Amino acid sequence: MLGYTITQWLFGILAFMAIMFGLMVVFSRNPVNSVLYLVLTFFCIAGHYLLLNAQFLAVVHIAVYAGAIMVLFLFVIMLMNLNQDSEPQRTMISKVIAGVIGGLLLLVVVGALRGSEQLAITRYGHSEIGLVRNLGRVLFDEYLFPFEIVSVLLLAALVGAIMIGKKEDRPLAESNQE
Amino acid sequence: MEVFIIYKSVIALAVFAVSLGIAAYSTWWERKFAGLLQDRWGPSRAGKWGLLQPLADGGKMLFKEEIIPNVSNRFLFVLAPGLFIITAIMAGVLIPWAPSVVINGETYAMQVADLNVGVIFLLSVTSVGVYGIMIGGWASNNKYSLLGAIRASAQMISYELAMGISLIALIISAGGSLSFADIVKAQDAGIANIVPQFFGFIIFFICALAETNRAPFDLAECETELVGGYHTEYSAFKLGLFLFAEYINMFVSSAVMAGFYFGGYNFPFAHEVYQALGLAEGSIAVSVIGFLVYFTKTLIFISVFMWVRWTLPRFRYDQLMNLGWKTLLPLSLLNLAITVVVEIFRGNITF
Repeated sequence: MLGYTITQWLFGILAFMAIMFGLMVVFSRNPVNSVLYLVLTFFCIAGHYLLLNAQFLAVVHIAVYAGAIMVLFLFVIMLMNLNQDSEPQRTMISKVIAGVIGGLLLLVVVGALRGSEQLAITRYGHSEIGLVRNLGRVLFDEYLFPFEIVSVLLLAALVGAIMIGKKEDRPLAESNQE
Repeated sequence: MEVFIIYKSVIALAVFAVSLGIAAYSTWWERKFAGLLQDRWGPSRAGKWGLLQPLADGGKMLFKEEIIPNVSNRFLFVLAPGLFIITAIMAGVLIPWAPSVVINGETYAMQVADLNVGVIFLLSVTSVGVYGIMIGGWASNNKYSLLGAIRASAQMISYELAMGISLIALIISAGGSLSFADIVKAQDAGIANIVPQFFGFIIFFICALAETNRAPFDLAECETELVGGYHTEYSAFKLGLFLFAEYINMFVSSAVMAGFYFGGYNFPFAHEVYQALGLAEGSIAVSVIGFLVYFTKTLIFISVFMWVRWTLPRFRYDQLMNLGWKTLLPLSLLNLAITVVVEIFRGNITF
């Protein structure tokens, strides 16, 4: 078909959809719609993982990002009842500042990517590189130490979140007595 | 290639049709069963034993007036029931319904897709299933719907944890494969996974009740507090789709339990029975027998779901959360630890 293989077609369609939905996240006025577009973007990215033979990563990506994290986002937005009416009006100066900062960020990204087209892309591995068995072997053999470090980091974040979310017993009891 | 596409399409269509048919007749059986437990008849007017009741209900749903609230988000309001039923049916693609058939040296698996990450796919489909409920509840623009949706999704997120961990224990003791077909095949030797993973099964069963929003965990549609829960504003066939999807969820999770813990299409002395009947392994007859065995197990589980619903009263919301986080999660972690230790001593885990 027009000199492209099916994989290239799929890549093109998925990339187009991912960028479109990503833009819609930013442009939609309603926060709930933004979250839903972000979920669609994650699905497109999971499709890219599938094209790269990383089935495990794709499914985990959907389970964790689309299935857990975005549900919590949606949860908070629904509970706070954010919608078009309650959106605060932005002043001109904040728009200008946001534009300047966004432009600078774009400059940094473009600068960082400059010259990357000359990098050689090495295709390594085989079509079964993304299977759970191979991934687990690499992760728990070659990269065991970074893996353990990451798990300690996550544990620290978990304990921190519980500490912040915990009710402070004493002041509450005092305020109840008053 | 053409043969492959045709055979996969036939299986996909069959799974789809069976899911819908079972969902329809689950509503009939639910009422009959409730009647049985409460010493009354249940549906008895439409057809013999009320067997035409699901058709009558479907017709009623189709021809009722459809109301979409003016203040709702129209697009999302219409989208939500469809999304919910799609995710419900999607989990069904994994189930290996019968032993593979060998025709002219070609093996045909009686399964829509044998994913090597099947168990994780199952978990992600159930977690994505929350969106239908949340979007429907929010788009209705009704406080009862919103509260129902938030309850349903909080409950599903909470119980997914214990469910996932009990599944990890199952995978470790079942040989380490994440593919549904492999898990069922590994129980061929005679011992079903229920024997080594009894506590895991109990935890999984409770979580499955919570994931499908069935009683005693049906707080999302608690009539006394929330009118109708997340589908308060829905009417006609959109309401029908929501109810239908719940029954499909129940059917799929029954099939998953029968496959993961009770051997799926295997049964005790299967090979001896096939030999006595003179049937070759891989023939169509063996496949049909296997399918009937699996289907019977699934139907028994659906009945157990209903039995639980008409026996136990509904939980209070704080009790539900306490059960999920303070009882089931630690128990599933304990089960996982014990499983790992036992498997190390049996020599199935090596370093």
